[in-house]
Amino acid sequence: MSQEKTGAVKFSEHEVLHELKHYLPAQAPLKDFVHHNTLHSFQDRKFEQALLEAFEIFGFKGNLTLREYRDLFKSGKIDVRILKEKIVSNFPDQKIEQVLDKMLNGKYPKSNSPRIGKLRSNWKRTFKIDLDSLVHPTLFRILSAYLDQGISIWNFPIIAGGFMASMREFEKNAYGSLFKSERVRALLLNEKTSLTEVLNILVGDEKWFEQYIFDQQFAHPGWSGIVSAIEDAPYSLLDERKVSLHDLVLFESLMEIDHLDQNFGQVWSPIAFKISEQPVHLFDPVHFKEISVILYTFHQAFEESYYQQVLTGLLETRKFSHESTKVPSFQALFCIDDRECSFRRYIEQLDPQCSTFGTPGFFGVEFYYKPANEKFYTKLCPAPVFPKYLIKEEGTSEYRKSEIHYQPASFGLVRGALLSMTYGFIAPFKLIKNLLSPEVSSATSLSFNHMDKGAKLTIECKNGEHENDLQIGFTVEEMAIRVENVLRSIGLVKDFAPLVYVVGHGASSTNNPHYAAYDCGACSGRAGSVNGRVLSFMANHIEVRKILATKGIHIPDETQFVGALHDTTRDEIDFYADYLNPKNIQLHATNMDVFNRALDFNSLERSRRFESVTDKSSAKHVHQQIRNRSVSLFEPRPELNHATNALCIVGRRGLTSQVFLDRRSFLNSYDYQIDPEGNYLFGILRAAAPVCGGINLEYYFSRVDNQKLGAGSKLPHNVMGLIGVANGTDGDLRPGLPSQMIEVHDPIRLLIIVEHYPEVVLKTIQRDESTYEWFKNEWVHLVAVHPEKNELYRFKDGQMHPMTLQEFEIMNDQHLSELLKTEMDNLPVIKLSTNGK
Amino acid sequence: MENNIHAFILIPLLGFILLALQNKKSERLISSITLLTMIVQLGLFFTATVLWFVQGRPIWEHADFTLYQHEDYSFVIDFYWDKVTWVYSGVGAFLVFLVSFYSKTYMHREEGYKRFFMNLTFFFIGFNIVVLAGNFETLFIGWEILGISSFLLIAFYRNRYLPVKNAVKVFSIYRIGDLGILLAMWLSHHFWHVNISFNELNHHELVAEHWTEQSAVGVAIALMILITAMAKSAQFPFSSWLPRAMEGPTPSSAIFYGSLAVHIGVFLLLRTAHFWEAQDIVRWIIGIVGLMTAGIATVIARVQGSIKSQIAYSSIAQIGLMFIELSLGWYDVVLIHFAGNAFLRTYQLLVSPSVVTYLIKEQFYHFTPREKTVEDSLPKKIEYSLYMLSLKEFNLDSFMYRYLWNPTKRLGARLSFIRHGWMWALAILALVISYVILKEGKEGEHYRHYFPYVFATIGILLVLKAFTERKLVFWSWGMIIMNHMMVAVAIMFNEQFTWDHVLLYLGGIVVAGAAGYYILGRLRSQGYPVDLDQFHGLSRSHGKLAFAFLLACLGLTGFPITTTFLGEDLIFSHIHEDQWLLALLTGISFILDGLAVIRIYARIFLGPHAESIFEMGYRSS
Repeated sequence: MSQEKTGAVKFSEHEVLHELKHYLPAQAPLKDFVHHNTLHSFQDRKFEQALLEAFEIFGFKGNLTLREYRDLFKSGKIDVRILKEKIVSNFPDQKIEQVLDKMLNGKYPKSNSPRIGKLRSNWKRTFKIDLDSLVHPTLFRILSAYLDQGISIWNFPIIAGGFMASMREFEKNAYGSLFKSERVRALLLNEKTSLTEVLNILVGDEKWFEQYIFDQQFAHPGWSGIVSAIEDAPYSLLDERKVSLHDLVLFESLMEIDHLDQNFGQVWSPIAFKISEQPVHLFDPVHFKEISVILYTFHQAFEESYYQQVLTGLLETRKFSHESTKVPSFQALFCIDDRECSFRRYIEQLDPQCSTFGTPGFFGVEFYYKPANEKFYTKLCPAPVFPKYLIKEEGTSEYRKSEIHYQPASFGLVRGALLSMTYGFIAPFKLIKNLLSPEVSSATSLSFNHMDKGAKLTIECKNGEHENDLQIGFTVEEMAIRVENVLRSIGLVKDFAPLVYVVGHGASSTNNPHYAAYDCGACSGRAGSVNGRVLSFMANHIEVRKILATKGIHIPDETQFVGALHDTTRDEIDFYADYLNPKNIQLHATNMDVFNRALDFNSLERSRRFESVTDKSSAKHVHQQIRNRSVSLFEPRPELNHATNALCIVGRRGLTSQVFLDRRSFLNSYDYQIDPEGNYLFGILRAAAPVCGGINLEYYFSRVDNQKLGAGSKLPHNVMGLIGVANGTDGDLRPGLPSQMIEVHDPIRLLIIVEHYPEVVLKTIQRDESTYEWFKNEWVHLVAVHPEKNELYRFKDGQMHPMTLQEFEIMNDQHLSELLKTEMDNLPVIKLSTNGK
Repeated sequence: MENNIHAFILIPLLGFILLALQNKKSERLISSITLLTMIVQLGLFFTATVLWFVQGRPIWEHADFTLYQHEDYSFVIDFYWDKVTWVYSGVGAFLVFLVSFYSKTYMHREEGYKRFFMNLTFFFIGFNIVVLAGNFETLFIGWEILGISSFLLIAFYRNRYLPVKNAVKVFSIYRIGDLGILLAMWLSHHFWHVNISFNELNHHELVAEHWTEQSAVGVAIALMILITAMAKSAQFPFSSWLPRAMEGPTPSSAIFYGSLAVHIGVFLLLRTAHFWEAQDIVRWIIGIVGLMTAGIATVIARVQGSIKSQIAYSSIAQIGLMFIELSLGWYDVVLIHFAGNAFLRTYQLLVSPSVVTYLIKEQFYHFTPREKTVEDSLPKKIEYSLYMLSLKEFNLDSFMYRYLWNPTKRLGARLSFIRHGWMWALAILALVISYVILKEGKEGEHYRHYFPYVFATIGILLVLKAFTERKLVFWSWGMIIMNHMMVAVAIMFNEQFTWDHVLLYLGGIVVAGAAGYYILGRLRSQGYPVDLDQFHGLSRSHGKLAFAFLLACLGLTGFPITTTFLGEDLIFSHIHEDQWLLALLTGISFILDGLAVIRIYARIFLGPHAESIFEMGYRSS
């Protein structure tokens, strides 16, 4: 942002575009959907300040509405004692009761119009011309055709050289012209035409250039955002395109001049000369109004009411000594994903002798994956990581069925006629079949299809083979490092059970353009099956174990690691265990039974949120209905994904195993004793803050402003070029989450709870500036739980402060099973008695 | 069965009434009623099919009742069943059933759940009236219902800008179709000298003779029908409305614009085959329209980067082929083609969100950077030009603006020098002068035949001003009412138009007009700046009022809920067959009336809400 406030602003193309890029939505094409903080551009400011600026400048709503908060207060979800505390700190010189009265009964003006768009609205006001409706439809069509990844049958004829070069090529070689105005033609054809030159015609006064470009691009943030994302990461398209924000702004400005020329001839005065009322500069300071303070006071109290309940629950139920002399029946590693919470709980209930762990679902192994018969690499690790390794799938006989109704033939004239008169009469029966008994079809994205179970993976690199600069597989040393890191970070360094499962997760959905958002975020929106298998292979490797032994991690010979995949939508699990020794085969059979029963219960628990699951006679029965959701064409909510997520707990299982957290928590296993310096903790938090925080904030903002920051209802969505969705055929792209994904979400910032000494925690988060920013500016909250005492420390303004809680009565689980069948809303924190440990 | 064909309309009507009584929160009840309605309808269809086949597939006709009778004019509700009806009502019942089933879960928790199912059922009523209609008058009732329900479904997301804008756009194309059908009805009435039923045409011994005697009028009727069919079936040059209609939830797009609504033009031509099949020139025109559409829509479909518009243009191309088949007289092929195309496109639209899953996966396996297409063999210059032209949809969308709406608006803007008050004064002055002239007796009678034109023209001016009024909604509303008065006066001068006819015609107008004034007044008194400058989106805060105003609007446009509907029809019967100009003026003023009224409704009640307490999307979203 250019901080200059006065008129003498020098326009720098590069700087302004860089700035603009920063503020535009940063969502990748659909196939690579990765959650991120929607307001990432404001992250260098404190959360409340950021929300205010986002609202005043861009019109983004950052809070629930006043009415919603009042309802939450009435329903008791905002605790009155905590609300009063917040009033005291946010309204230091006013009487509590007075403020409370204002908050509950005050009337506040309803209208607010953001700064964005004010400058450019002068076209309409003064010139009486609606440039947007003249320019957008054609601009969107050209962009969508240019970027299209495979919907159109006749592709954009010229792509070499990038977008601008293509448009020039058109202009030179086609009959007629893209433009009516001769001077615009000349500007387009001249490769040296600069943005400044064009803006001089259009805007006229340099001090408004930046604002004009912002106004122009934020009239369609979806398309601008995808252009910017593709410019930065052209590899996110399979069929690569060269396009830049610069090109877009230039081309759009030319289109605008063209329409203005058409309307007014060549002589019209630039917009800056005809401003009827001076707009405020976009990034001039913004000021808190009473209403914004009231909203964030409510909001803080809302969050705090939940946090304190959780913390009370944790303190009341935690077990300090998780030490047990016995070797567990089996161990299982899961992703930290909030959807694995309840699954782990049921497994532990059914087999109290086992133990489960949570760690990011790429299991510390970062690589590209190339499925057999496929032509592209897929990244299987967090999106910001760029691995140097490649793992290939070999020896699969997977057969792919092709479907007529997706094929170009059905859109042709003659073949279309023949097909409609033949296949057309089969189509309704296919539909009826899916309506009555849904099953996996070509419209389904099935997690188990990510990798062929029978195929081999090239995990070990023996001869240093490379492909496209990537090493195929890992060397033994490289493997050992990764296995050690994972095991130490979760505190699993001794007492290995005969079987250690490494359970990745994925999701399955049908007729869902956002399918990638449901998969594992730590695997860049893919299923985690390959990663589970890869880590197991490494940990089973004799040479690796030898190296580990030298570092003090002794894995007994009879211990075998087994990769697996949990489908969170269908609640199914599949194991990659064709190498087990006879004794483990038997044990595995017993364990499989535990997993499968746990899945039935898990689906029963999930079903309470689904109104359509009516028959709850048995867990098995419910499970079948849950499975159907994932393959139904007409089910816009196959699962609820990360909705309701609010917590991230980093610590030993003893901290959480006795408490019911309603699938709202990311769980990362961590043992402070192994890591007194906080080295592993640093790794965990460096990932947890942006990954879990990113998921949390994307849900947050999509929920509070589903129209501008989310994608709106998905029901009218139309797939554009396989890269995004829009409403109807003329609309802008809609980044963010559709309303069906976020409607049950309570917008609450993530509370990260770490079990370690407060001073270590503080030092750890301060190690890395970009991680620290999350905490410092309060985009996530942080509480340290003292590992030996029932003491809490809250991070605030660079320090850990001892924290006291209001008194909360924590329910016991007497009625839990009943609640799980009947209650649709979020459940309170509940003490568990059933877990045998 | 023959005497009970109306059951096909009564069942969905009953369902519609039951739906209206439900609470909008009770989703289960709403979807159950809809599904039950559709199942009963399907049962009825199968029963009718069996009976019909057993009887040897005769033509069934049943004149239900006479709505109005006056000398040689009669408005009969008449139903008709033949092969065409059989196919259309069967495909319709089946698809609407499937889509209701699909939407039951798909629409869960969507704001407007009840509105959606009521709209769907309402559409279904209209569809059935059209396909079962035995004469033009009955058909026109269904026709109007289709138009309104389409408008409401496109604007289903009524608080976003684009759906509302596109709904108005599509509605305006539909109105062109309505003009065609109004004029066709008028000509046909004079042509046969009675309100003829479709069945009578089958037996009319004089049919052939008639055509040869008055072939110019015959051709004119056929062309009017053709224009209507072209507009409704998105044929060239009207094609661009179809992709823009895909603003509602996917299942509604599938049923309306993928299948049923868009094939109604084909139905109209099948139903009125007797009007045009004997005339080679018309058949040639139908064929050429079809051919051009098929060619152009196919190329446009090839370059579409969005799945729904790709399906839309492919469907248009197929309908183009159906027009060719019609011109060749292959009616059975048309019926098969219609059914197959409707099924296929519905299915494709319903599964369209999965295209990402499928095609991305497909690319992972089979990606080749640049596949050669047919067009690559063209000379570069032609290839590029054709590509860009197709991408811009052959400029069809801007074509409608450039040659139809913009001139209309410009005309209206030219009139802006006339103040509203003067407009009224002019109308009243014209009345007084004509009265005085008539008082003169014989002398005055001499001028009498000019009066209708004078008043019709004043009417047009009024409605043009209403249509282009940018701000004052009360004036705009008033001028629409005034226009109706002028039309009534024009016709009174034209022929013996009795007071009870006037009453019939203006009765609905007065009631609807007053209701509209009352509602607008109430909004103004509540402090809402009701003007036509921008969208106000008040349906969000005033749902019930919005519905009441919609009814008033329908009343004012002569929708078949008031007697005005009958009156409109009567008026045309009082225009002589040689008074082309008068018919055209009256027709145009009805069409513009409808547009102006819908525009008022859209501006006041639809679009983004005036206050930003509600989450608001981007205008471009």
